[in-house]
Amino acid sequence: MIALAVLRRLLVALATLVGVAIVVFVLLRVVPGDPVAMMISPGASAADVAALRAHYGLDGSLLSQFAVWVRYALRGDFGTSISLHRDVLALLGERLPATLELATAALEFAVIVGGATAIAGAMARRTWAESVIDAVNGLLLAIPDFVWALALVLAFGVVWPLLPLTGRVNPSVAAGMATPFYFAESLARLRFDVFFDLLKHLALPTLALGLPLAAVIARVLKGALNEAMAQDYVLLARLKGMSELRLVLQEALRNAIGPTLALTGVQFTFLIGGTVIIERIFAYPGIGNMAIEAVINRDLPLIQGLVLVFAVIFILINIAVDLLVALFNPRLRHA
Amino acid sequence: MMEVTRRQTLALGAGAFLTDLLAAGAVRAAGKDTLTIAYNVNLPSFDPTDGPSAVNPTIQAIYRSIFDQYIGQAPDLALKPGILTAWGWNDDKTKLWMDVRPDVKWHDGSPLTPEDVVWSLERAGAKDSANPISFIWSTAGNYKIDGNRITADAIRFEPTFFMWMAFLTGYVLPKAYYEKVGAEGFEKKPIGSGPYMVDEYQGNAFLRLKANPHYWGDKPAFETVIFKFVPDATTRVAEIESGSSDITLEVPYEEFDRLKKVKGLSGVATPISDIGMIFITNKEPMLDKNVRLAAIMAIDKKAIVDRLLHGYGVPIETLETSEYSAFDPSIKTPYDPKKAAELLAASGYSPQKPVKFTIQTTRGFKPKDYEMIQAIVGMWRKVGIEADIEVYEIAKHFELRTTHKLAPAAFYNWGDAIGDPTTSTGFAMFGPSPHSAWKSDDLDAKIGPLWGEKDEKKRIDGWKAVDAYIAEQGYVIPLLQYVQPILYKSDLKVTPNKSGALQPTLVSPAA
Repeated sequence: MIALAVLRRLLVALATLVGVAIVVFVLLRVVPGDPVAMMISPGASAADVAALRAHYGLDGSLLSQFAVWVRYALRGDFGTSISLHRDVLALLGERLPATLELATAALEFAVIVGGATAIAGAMARRTWAESVIDAVNGLLLAIPDFVWALALVLAFGVVWPLLPLTGRVNPSVAAGMATPFYFAESLARLRFDVFFDLLKHLALPTLALGLPLAAVIARVLKGALNEAMAQDYVLLARLKGMSELRLVLQEALRNAIGPTLALTGVQFTFLIGGTVIIERIFAYPGIGNMAIEAVINRDLPLIQGLVLVFAVIFILINIAVDLLVALFNPRLRHA
Repeated sequence: MMEVTRRQTLALGAGAFLTDLLAAGAVRAAGKDTLTIAYNVNLPSFDPTDGPSAVNPTIQAIYRSIFDQYIGQAPDLALKPGILTAWGWNDDKTKLWMDVRPDVKWHDGSPLTPEDVVWSLERAGAKDSANPISFIWSTAGNYKIDGNRITADAIRFEPTFFMWMAFLTGYVLPKAYYEKVGAEGFEKKPIGSGPYMVDEYQGNAFLRLKANPHYWGDKPAFETVIFKFVPDATTRVAEIESGSSDITLEVPYEEFDRLKKVKGLSGVATPISDIGMIFITNKEPMLDKNVRLAAIMAIDKKAIVDRLLHGYGVPIETLETSEYSAFDPSIKTPYDPKKAAELLAASGYSPQKPVKFTIQTTRGFKPKDYEMIQAIVGMWRKVGIEADIEVYEIAKHFELRTTHKLAPAAFYNWGDAIGDPTTSTGFAMFGPSPHSAWKSDDLDAKIGPLWGEKDEKKRIDGWKAVDAYIAEQGYVIPLLQYVQPILYKSDLKVTPNKSGALQPTLVSPAA
């Protein structure tokens, strides 16, 4: 049953990807900003411009360019980046792990902090402590990730320079990693110096990305917990003498987690999108930072590759969330 | 044997992390033999002769660290020997010659030969070349090597041929190595003959360079140079303020004024070869000379520099700055709002019945670009010009400019690090150039003969006359020469570069 549902989702995902590819390809060629125009030298003649356009395969019709792109893409060749002069797929393979590490760290932070805040809020309901938690949470919700980023730069870069502001690892130290998955590799090779260095560099962008999501999780989960805590089965458990903490964790949390999980999934896709600006501010070498450069340079092959990668990530997250929600909710599992 | 629980392991790990964090104390740049630069742009590609990064003036500081140019350039823009020790034309300018420096080695230890120079020039000028400056490199050909001397035929006399050898894409690349590893292999492991060798590169994060032990020139002052790519200005300010970087550039002028007074930091702000200007497109209402001249006369450039740029800028009258070879101080376009109003009145316009057009500008691409245009629009309004501001991305500007679809007025910046009038007035104002906005036969007739002029004095005088004519006709609005702010630790000595390239070789420990 689940296998069939997954297969159905994968087919829909494939159709979505094809749609995304077409829309992005067309959009990139109709919006203003010609990559060749940015490279034309002042003294170039019309023939020079035409030669440059042909060099980058931009001289054919829209349809013929798309046909060429699809033909190569089906072979796993997404072209060569105009600005970086490298194979697009190889570039994405090198940069994506950095973004995944950042996004995963931010999600973990948000789930732990948001979950803990929600549980604390549920346990302290109808007390002054709940008001404090709600007020702080409201503040966290009101401030977007890029403002957090700038505030953190000011706090930890200027006022209390404790954490590195930019990059993924210390540039004066040779990390010597063989794969782009630095965290996993540093642990596997017992390179704890690199591991801690990675953690330090990840701290500020993780906070900037994770704080708003933590606030969302805290608010939704706390609401769901409060609702669950008013149910009869919780009342019965309380009459049996169960402690408040056990009531929340064992009885209410299981029922409250479904809607939180679904919303966290949606918010996680926003978080992935947020990496674009956060990576820029912290000079973090992921696909988000690369995306901005690609757009500035109108690097069409790279933008296409990046958008497809983002689309794949969003689709996979949605599938994973659906599966997790089904796992936690037996009614959905058997629906 | 003592057993360690999972909780204890986690606690130990967290403890070690915090100890490491606190023991490190404040974040600091690397040691004395390392120079850490918080750089304002990313390095997209290592090939300095191909693609968009090849024509990005800011990136040249990195390229000049790794590669050698055919001809070097001093901080005051003067040409000096590079890989070529001498160069020149024959008397009738039909042939050119170059002497290649002996005993230069590539980073891998192999010798740099005249074959490398010829291969680099032929590759740059080839018909299928992706070199954006191939129109210059293709003007010479039929290269011959005799010892260390290279001779060639001038296919078309190009007076700036040797000047470009010190500018965009004028780099010598290793023939044998490039042919062996190919373009992609070169990107992964580039070698040059410059003062620094690539040690490690992480795109969008950093580039670490090591001093080249084979370098033919002065020994670099730092064993290691780290370029951190920090495009966000706020983060660059924090990098220098926290001590994480030793030097940075292009910070907001307000921050520059504040930080240069901070103990341990110094600042230098020097006019560079970049200018801010407003292109005028030959379309209504700019076909009316009175409107064009009024638009120029109504702008108080000094007030813009003083009030918006904190004094960091130099008002200019033509597209030539004082460092350029065709600079003529006698050409004046004075601020005269009264005269501007009179000119507009002669064409039937007034503050009550203003002439209307659109002005395009970038926002945040250059310091205070949008604010400058807002101020100018305010000045124009007082004399009878009502301009709508349209903000565009730089990519759109390029496309509109090459297709001659810019608005009647369009703000842009223009760089000319060789200081030759062809690269400033020439390409910005000559009709057939894809980068000009004003296209008219009268101006083209004056510019045309200058391209191949063999008499240098006559050529420069000719460009001065063109600049005077442009000012008289009001075909462009020159605004200001930019000033580049550089912040650095006080224990460093920095030699500002008029080209704007913050080269590590121009930084050394203070005596």
